[in-house]
Amino acid sequence: MTNFETVIGLEVHVELKTASKIFSPAPNAFGSEPNSNVNPIDLGYPGVLPVLNEEAVNYAMKAAMALNCEIATDTKFDRKNYFYPDNPKAYQISQFDQPIGEHGWIEIEVNGEKKRIGITRLHLEEDAGKLTHGDDGYSLVDYNRQGTPLVEIVSEPDIRTPEEAYAYLEKLKNIIQYTGVSDCKMEEGSLRCDANISIRPVGQAEFGTKTELKNLNSFSFVQKGLEFEEKRQREVLLAGGEILQETRRYDEQTKETILMRVKEGSDDYRYFPEPDLVPLYIDDAWKERIRAEIPELPDARRKRYVEELDLPVYDAAVLTSTKEMSDFFEAAVAAGADVKQASNWLMGEVSAFLNKEQIEVQDLKMTPEALAKMIQLIADGTISSKMAKKVFAELVKNGGDPDKIVKEKGLVQISDEGQLREIISKILDDNEQSIIDYKNGKDKALGFLVGQTMKATKGQANPPMVNKIILEEIDKR
Amino acid sequence: MSLFDFTLKELQEKLHNKEITVSDLVEASYDRIKEVDGEVKAFITLNEEAAKQQAKELDEKLGAEASILYGMPIGIKDNIVTKGLRTTCASQILDNLTDPLYDATVIQKLENEQTVTIGKLNMDEFAMGSSTENSSYADTRNPWNTDYVPGGSSGGSAAAVAAGEVFFSLGSDTGGSIRQPAAFCGVVGLKPTYGLVSRFGLVAFASSLDQIGPITRTVEDNAHLLQAIVGHDQMDSTSANVEIPNYSEALQQDVKGLRIAVPKEYLSEGVDPEVKEAVLAALKKYEELGATWEEVSLPHSKYAVAAYYLLASSEASANLARFDGIRYGKRTEKRVDMIDMFKESRAEGFGYEVKRRIMLGTFALSSGYYDAYYKKAQKVRTLIKEDFEKIFADYDVVIGPTTPTPAYKVGEKIDDPLTMYTDDVLTTPVNLAGLPGISIPCGFSSAGLPIGLQIIGKHFDEAMIYRTAYAFEQATDFHTKRPNLGGGQ
Repeated sequence: MTNFETVIGLEVHVELKTASKIFSPAPNAFGSEPNSNVNPIDLGYPGVLPVLNEEAVNYAMKAAMALNCEIATDTKFDRKNYFYPDNPKAYQISQFDQPIGEHGWIEIEVNGEKKRIGITRLHLEEDAGKLTHGDDGYSLVDYNRQGTPLVEIVSEPDIRTPEEAYAYLEKLKNIIQYTGVSDCKMEEGSLRCDANISIRPVGQAEFGTKTELKNLNSFSFVQKGLEFEEKRQREVLLAGGEILQETRRYDEQTKETILMRVKEGSDDYRYFPEPDLVPLYIDDAWKERIRAEIPELPDARRKRYVEELDLPVYDAAVLTSTKEMSDFFEAAVAAGADVKQASNWLMGEVSAFLNKEQIEVQDLKMTPEALAKMIQLIADGTISSKMAKKVFAELVKNGGDPDKIVKEKGLVQISDEGQLREIISKILDDNEQSIIDYKNGKDKALGFLVGQTMKATKGQANPPMVNKIILEEIDKR
Repeated sequence: MSLFDFTLKELQEKLHNKEITVSDLVEASYDRIKEVDGEVKAFITLNEEAAKQQAKELDEKLGAEASILYGMPIGIKDNIVTKGLRTTCASQILDNLTDPLYDATVIQKLENEQTVTIGKLNMDEFAMGSSTENSSYADTRNPWNTDYVPGGSSGGSAAAVAAGEVFFSLGSDTGGSIRQPAAFCGVVGLKPTYGLVSRFGLVAFASSLDQIGPITRTVEDNAHLLQAIVGHDQMDSTSANVEIPNYSEALQQDVKGLRIAVPKEYLSEGVDPEVKEAVLAALKKYEELGATWEEVSLPHSKYAVAAYYLLASSEASANLARFDGIRYGKRTEKRVDMIDMFKESRAEGFGYEVKRRIMLGTFALSSGYYDAYYKKAQKVRTLIKEDFEKIFADYDVVIGPTTPTPAYKVGEKIDDPLTMYTDDVLTTPVNLAGLPGISIPCGFSSAGLPIGLQIIGKHFDEAMIYRTAYAFEQATDFHTKRPNLGGGQ
């Protein structure tokens, strides 16, 4: 039986979150009333002209640099011609032969193995409007999205498994989110992915015929779609069949890929240089200015957390999974929090809370400074770990200052030895049988006495001290 | 004598002396339109009610600091977008575009000068043509002889000025569309340097070639109208950020010592003997005025028409793709699927010449043909530009005829597109090189039809063109001649 090798290449579209559109001053926003963020330029009215939003170029450069691309010095825009109702000019302003970024790469890790995936190109273009198909045979079109700056990131066919494809997408999203140029939210369409897949007998140099997968609405659907397609292609070839150059869509219900159309030859978009825009010259000073704005990226951060902060590799990976989480962590540490404690809280209670509430770390009412303060209060014995949970609950619910919360809720721990000794003496006096039981080897009796002490102090007694004093007092009797 | 026989300066004096009012000017315009436009057919849409209302307001507001264009009746080519006023490009596909939602930059600039828009002028559909016979509304006629074409595509703009229907007008020039009708109608028409006038709001035919420009009866008035519409525009990325001279000041100078280049290709066979004779006479006049002229060569100009039609049609095929029946304009009544809706709407909406050029451009851009056609044409464009650069190293202006022949009869060439295209041989090199060029009257044919003299300048050197044109105009009386129309003026 023939062994096959899978070859995958991904095309990812990422919307850039500039304040206005790439070629018009209309706002660039998601979720507005249909056709409210449009002007005659977006609608392709007769006589309008595009004017390039320089911020979109800056954002695209930032993304390209973060993906290790070389940045073009001479670049330009081209018209890509096709008719479709969501494409108001019937051409999309895109970049054909001089993309802003080329020859990039990112490093992924699958099953402990690191691998570089090449990035062929990153180019800048305008997004199209959005069609809604009614069941009466008519379709509605919303042009709010028309003109949203978009980068298309094309990978080299370096990906060999659906799992690697998943890792590539996670890494790509992670890096781009760090640069701050996009939210990369697949559910809002600010990140979209098409996948090309082919298989070939191991050892064969030429690629097999590829199919293109569309309608992939999450990273795991990308992986599942590729897994299905890999299997389907193998079965077709083993049965003596032929793979056709097809566009297929992934059906989330049946978990299968379904034929949309067979491609005959390549589409002719009749690209030519956009005469309404002048060629773009990006000099070194411009490049350096943008390079200086790129923040520390996840790989570098992860490395620093392990090497400089002595965090476990696992902690470093979790904390850097989003820039927001990582920034929160750093701010807490900067405010004086113990590194490991801050990490534990963020990976534990904080993550659990975010999951439960379905919110992001930037939506938290608790500030990094408050978390740091709370960790400090635990460390210096002001509150117990148990009390800390109450403080935490209040912090994430309403925000505020842990010092104040502790005071208002009367959560201050009794750590005064004299005071505790007095209370404990009285409890021992009232429970002589327990002392006898304990001395006879019944450890449970100690727990009972601790419980009585906590009850008498309304839970505010410092637990380690209570234990210590009870034992000392029993010894004395 | 018509009010429009006065110059801008004279009319402004009369306005300020209260001899006339803006309302008189506007009335004169509409009266003349009623008198002759049934014959000339220069207008597609009139703006009468709004214009008369505006005239009243301007009469009340007239102050000492008013612009030199204050209250002047202007006609606008119907491919320049006017908010609230129908803009059709003479095409059925935009027949129902009663409000294009915004004003072109040139219209905003004219509003600052307080001109009065009389109406929208006829043209070849989407500016594709040289005779205004490609309009879907009417064939505009040449005021000098209404059996003849006015030229095109800005035929309505030139004819309306020649017929005295408006004081002046705006046209657009992609391959000669201002200069050629100006020549045919005996008026002054300037195609500015590419980038001097904003294209924002000019419905694109060929984006890398299109320019809006003024059409007037005199060189001086032309300079004043150009002054009002030039300047850098943030809405047009191809608009140049250059210092703007005072054009009317340039008219004070004479032409002593001016070095004129005359390309031998511009007086070769194919140029009508009467046209050649008029141009040689003009050159003689320049000699008398102290200028010198020498024959030069534009070796690549013979490829200009081919390169022009490839590039312009390529750009047009994309520019006109937006007329798809989705958001505005004509949509087929037929109940068909999406693809057929596009096809049917465009099949019904576009005229024959527009379809021809869309097909030509689509073909030239197609995969496998791009290098042989579009790319090669771009190379020719560079060579033509270099030809001019070489000449301008030694000369101040290039002079030749605007057109190989005077106006021809309506219907004479419409079925022979290739001849029509090759007639653009003298104007298209200027667009390809992005240079400014003017056409001024320099004589009449034996049939009594005007002949145009073309003066081409360096990039952004409109001042030199005006200086050269003004000297000739002041030394001759061609610009004072009027067509005998509607019982004479």
